[in-house]
Amino acid sequence: MDFIGAYAPAHLKFLLEGFAVTLEVAFISILFSFAIGIVIGVLRYSRIPFVSHILAIGVETIRNLPLLLIIFFTYFALPEVGFKLDKFYAAILALVIFESAMLSEIVRSGLNSIEKGQIEAARSSGLTYTQTLWHIVLPQALRRMVPPIVGQFISLLKDTSLAVVIALPELMNHAQIINGRNVNYVIPIFLLVAIMYFIVNYSLSLISRRLEHKHL
Amino acid sequence: MLNYSILIEHWDMYMQGFANTLKASVLALIGSLAIGTVMAVFRIAPVRPLNWIGAAYVEFIRNIPLILIVFVFFVGLPAIGIRFDSFTAGTLGLTVYTAAFIAEVIRAGILAVPKGQMEAARSSGLTYLQAMWYIILPQAVKIVIPPMGNQFINLVKNSSVLGVIAGLDLMYFGDLISSETFVTFDVYIFVAMFYLLLTIPLSLGVGALERRLARSR
Repeated sequence: MDFIGAYAPAHLKFLLEGFAVTLEVAFISILFSFAIGIVIGVLRYSRIPFVSHILAIGVETIRNLPLLLIIFFTYFALPEVGFKLDKFYAAILALVIFESAMLSEIVRSGLNSIEKGQIEAARSSGLTYTQTLWHIVLPQALRRMVPPIVGQFISLLKDTSLAVVIALPELMNHAQIINGRNVNYVIPIFLLVAIMYFIVNYSLSLISRRLEHKHL
Repeated sequence: MLNYSILIEHWDMYMQGFANTLKASVLALIGSLAIGTVMAVFRIAPVRPLNWIGAAYVEFIRNIPLILIVFVFFVGLPAIGIRFDSFTAGTLGLTVYTAAFIAEVIRAGILAVPKGQMEAARSSGLTYLQAMWYIILPQAVKIVIPPMGNQFINLVKNSSVLGVIAGLDLMYFGDLISSETFVTFDVYIFVAMFYLLLTIPLSLGVGALERRLARSR
C-alpha cells in the first residue's frame, strides 16, 4: 500500500473533479425527479380514473427494476431506437426515471398522511379540490416529506456511482482510473473515496434527523 | 414487436443468470441477517464500546455506495493478496452493504418491544443474552418482517451490481447476449422481465403483509 503516492496532489485534484461531476449529476437529477415525482404523486393521490392506473403500473414497474438496468437501457438500448444520448445525459435520464418513481411514492404517502378531515373542512369552506390540494394538503405534506426526501437524495448520491458502467467521469470512475496506474494505490484510494461519500452523505443524514425532530 | 427468438435461443443463459441472481440474493440475505442481527444487538446492548462498533458499522456502510464495497472485495482485497472469484466478491459486497440496513430494521424492531419485557425477563433470572434470544427477538420478528421484505427486494435489485464485475448474474448474461446478438433493446427488456418476475410478487407480498399488520394494530 502506497498512501503517499496515492494521495499525490494531482490524484486528489482528479478525485475532487470526479466528485464535482457526481454532485452535479445528483443535483440536476434530484431537481427534475422532485418536480416529476410531485406531479405523479398528486395525480395518483387524486385517483383520476385511467390516469392513476397507468401511472401506478409505470411507477411499480420502475421501482421494481434495478437502477443499473435503467442506466444500461438509456445509454446502450435507446440509441438502437434512434435516441442517442451523451453519457452525462444518459445517466441523468436514468436517474430521473428511477428517482421520480421513488419520490412519487414519498409524495403520495405524504399526501395520504394528511387527515381526511382537513380536506373536508377546506372543501366545506368553499375551496375547490385544486385549491384544497394546493393551499391545504400539499404545504403540510411537503413538510412531512422532507426527511424521506433527504434520505432519497442520499441514495441518489450513492447511486450516481453506478454510472461507472458507462464510464461517466464521476468519482468512482476517476478512482478506478487512478487505481489502474498502480495496484498499491487501490486500498488508499478506496478508503479516501469512501470517506468523501461518507462526509457528504452523513452530513445530509444529520440534517435530515434535525428536521425530523423539528417537525414531528 | 420484440424479437422473441433471442429469448428462446438464449434461454439457458437467461436461466443461468436468473438462478445466480436469486442465489446471490438469498446468500446475501442470510449473511446480512446474521451480521445485521449482531450489529443491531451491539447498538442496543448495555456495553458502550459495542454501541460504538455497531453505530460505526451502520453509519459508515449506509453512507457509501454499494459498488464501492463490491470493488473493495473485487479489486481492493486482491491488491493485498486476498482473492475471490467475481460471484463471491459480489455476494460478499452485497452482504456487507445490506447488513447495515438490516441492522437498522432489526434495531427498530427490538426497540418496538416494550421495555417491561426485558425487565421481566431479567428479573426472572435470564441473562441479557438469554432474554434477548428467547424473549425480545421472537417478538421483534413479527414487526420486522415487512421492512425485511423491502430489504430483500432491494437486495434482488442491487444484486445487479454483480454484472459490473462479471459476476454471472442476469445483468452479466444480458451483456453477454447483447454482445453476441448485437441487439441491446430487446435483450434488456427480457432481462427486465426476469427481474420483475422476482420483485413484483415480493412487492405485492410485502404490501399485503403491511396492510395486515396495520389492521392488527
